[in-house]
Amino acid sequence: MNPPRLELHVPTPFARPGEKASFKHLEIGQAGTVRRPDVACTEAEIRDLPYALIRVLDDDGNAIGPWDPSLTADHLRRGLRAMMLTRAFDERLFRAHRQGKTSFYMTSTGEEAIGAAPSLALAEGDMCFPTYRVMSWLHARGYPLVTMVNQIFSNEKDPLKGRQLPILFSAREYGFYSLSGNVGSRFGHAVGWAMASAYKNDDKIALAYIGEGATAEGDFHEALTFASVYRAPCILCVTNNQWAISSFSGIAGAEMTTFAAKALAYGLPGLRVDGNDFLAVTAATQWAAERARTNRGATLIEFFTYRASGHSTSDDPTKYRPADEAEHWPLGDPIKRLKQHLALIGEWSDEQDQALANELHETVRAAVKEAEAVGTHGKSKPSLREMFEGVFKDPDWRVIEQRRELEI
Amino acid sequence: MAMMNMIQALNNALDEKLAQDPDVLTFGEDVGYFGGVFRVTDKLQEKHGLTRCFDTPISEGGIIAVAIGMGAYGLRPVAEIQFADYILPAFDQLVSEAARLRYRSNGEFWSPITVRSPYGGGIFGGQTHSQSPEAIFAHITGLKTVIPSNPYDAKGLLIAAIEDDDPVIVLEPKRIYNGPFDGRHDQALKTWAGHPKAEVPAGLYRIPLGQAEIVRAGREVTVLAYGTMVHVALAGIEEAEVDAELIDLRSIVPLDVDTIVTSVRKTGRCVILHEASRFGGFGGELSALVQERCFDHLKAPVDRVAGWDTPYPHAFEWDYFPGPARLVKALRRVMEY
Repeated sequence: MNPPRLELHVPTPFARPGEKASFKHLEIGQAGTVRRPDVACTEAEIRDLPYALIRVLDDDGNAIGPWDPSLTADHLRRGLRAMMLTRAFDERLFRAHRQGKTSFYMTSTGEEAIGAAPSLALAEGDMCFPTYRVMSWLHARGYPLVTMVNQIFSNEKDPLKGRQLPILFSAREYGFYSLSGNVGSRFGHAVGWAMASAYKNDDKIALAYIGEGATAEGDFHEALTFASVYRAPCILCVTNNQWAISSFSGIAGAEMTTFAAKALAYGLPGLRVDGNDFLAVTAATQWAAERARTNRGATLIEFFTYRASGHSTSDDPTKYRPADEAEHWPLGDPIKRLKQHLALIGEWSDEQDQALANELHETVRAAVKEAEAVGTHGKSKPSLREMFEGVFKDPDWRVIEQRRELEI
Repeated sequence: MAMMNMIQALNNALDEKLAQDPDVLTFGEDVGYFGGVFRVTDKLQEKHGLTRCFDTPISEGGIIAVAIGMGAYGLRPVAEIQFADYILPAFDQLVSEAARLRYRSNGEFWSPITVRSPYGGGIFGGQTHSQSPEAIFAHITGLKTVIPSNPYDAKGLLIAAIEDDDPVIVLEPKRIYNGPFDGRHDQALKTWAGHPKAEVPAGLYRIPLGQAEIVRAGREVTVLAYGTMVHVALAGIEEAEVDAELIDLRSIVPLDVDTIVTSVRKTGRCVILHEASRFGGFGGELSALVQERCFDHLKAPVDRVAGWDTPYPHAFEWDYFPGPARLVKALRRVMEY
């Protein structure tokens, strides 16, 4: 018998523009059906979890099953507020880009729970190593909106002094590590941060995000190796939003396994979680945090979600996926689902909803207006001297000479 | 003859090579169905098939590693790194593998790969979408690095790069993809339409790697530039009203040192212009070569105009970018020396 001819396999998504959007191929289990192991369990006891999907909210908005974090209504409302603020802010700033007020913007639409829930679940001294799609972490912690808009407008009051692209923030006091445009390269920093906390016999932990696309970078695998070897007290999160610009998750390896299952080969616990379920995201974060704080080491969590917007203001997703694909996403919208739950338990009304929407609209509008008064992109910028600051702690002769050449 | 912008010319080069040589294939992040974030591979997947133009995982090290493996097998892979700023995770593959494979295996294996990557600033891309890393590649023996400044050269250089049996990095100045840019950012955008170098003939043609072009002949000073800076240089020379000879290097490795030396021996002055930071930039190497080979002919010290020694600063893009005004100052310095 002749052996078969070899063929090169290149993954293709289920639907492209002009084709019918469908997520029927996804196996989505019922809410409340996945077991919640004791945090003292060993990794060997939970090797089924990376292939399950932890969900708390069912289709009607009930919180069910062992992963229900039993949050207070106040906590839930704080989460809802952070997510709604993120969305209102995104809508406004996306428009601001269209009006030429900023050079660039990226929204978190559909992924608001993934930043907001851990932000509220972790402690003040913990550090988040973000991606550019978890601005909800900052919104949940009350980062001043005007400061944020000043950074986005790169104006005179930009806290990062005009040196960085819009939304690539740094906010140490809010537990938010410096962002960069390169993907994945801070994943190992979180592990190092956590190792330092352990070295100092401290009680702080780190949480890092990485997109499913960037798990292909060596940074991801290096971070998991170090996290495993040194039992670093950290939570390593993969935001699987199905799309890396135009590449579907199959190009990142999703045809063969889950991203949570990457944990298995490193001997780390892996959880796969409905990322559009504020309660499930909170519960998984709390579980992993408790393990980290009790010297049980790192956990890898896959937040399963959908990037409902384009990659950035430079992107048009209708060029590579069906325009209505977001509407078919089986796990819904995180804001609508949390509202539904709050309403069901009698803690949210249409009146409250309208009042909050109006308040946030006004808050964002006022912040943008205040930043506009300072100046929008190109109309105002920090002192030119700032271009030369911060290269080193102390400037060397090159900086001094070049500053002189510019007569500043 | 068709008028093309630089994106279309690069696309056309890939299209024709894919059609002509079944061993050519191209891949990178968002390169396949979408056709690349700058559209350089637009419609190539549709035209040539899924396995000849495809998306890769976000792994620059992986992209270059598999390209080297394919090249060693006998293919001619063209890998795209989405922004030159993202090439660094692949640095080890380029330096320790692509550049060394032929040498260390005594010619048993080699790496005929082409790595295309948009580079340079002027698009408000901030520090991770604006850098000019050519000097760090030029320093690596075994790597070739070419930089086109117009659509005609872009096609001819890319074809020559693909056909070259050694690893070639093609840095594409993204600021001039859609039109020549002379650094005067407050003026209306120009397109390539009507530019003589935007006339791109159909069919395969090559611009030999290592052949500079004298863009403008002159007697008083030699200006060395490449990429976007060729257009900036033209504007600066015009403004300074000097009789300058402008050389577009087109390829920094291999370097056309003869054309440079002949020119500087004639003019007795040399100004080097690049967008990358000054310290340790490629201008340092050019300056040393000119000094070594033209010392007796020099009437003034070799001068360099470059980006400042800072990361690329988003809000200060036009303060950082070495535009025509900075070149004018340098031209006056060497003329008045």
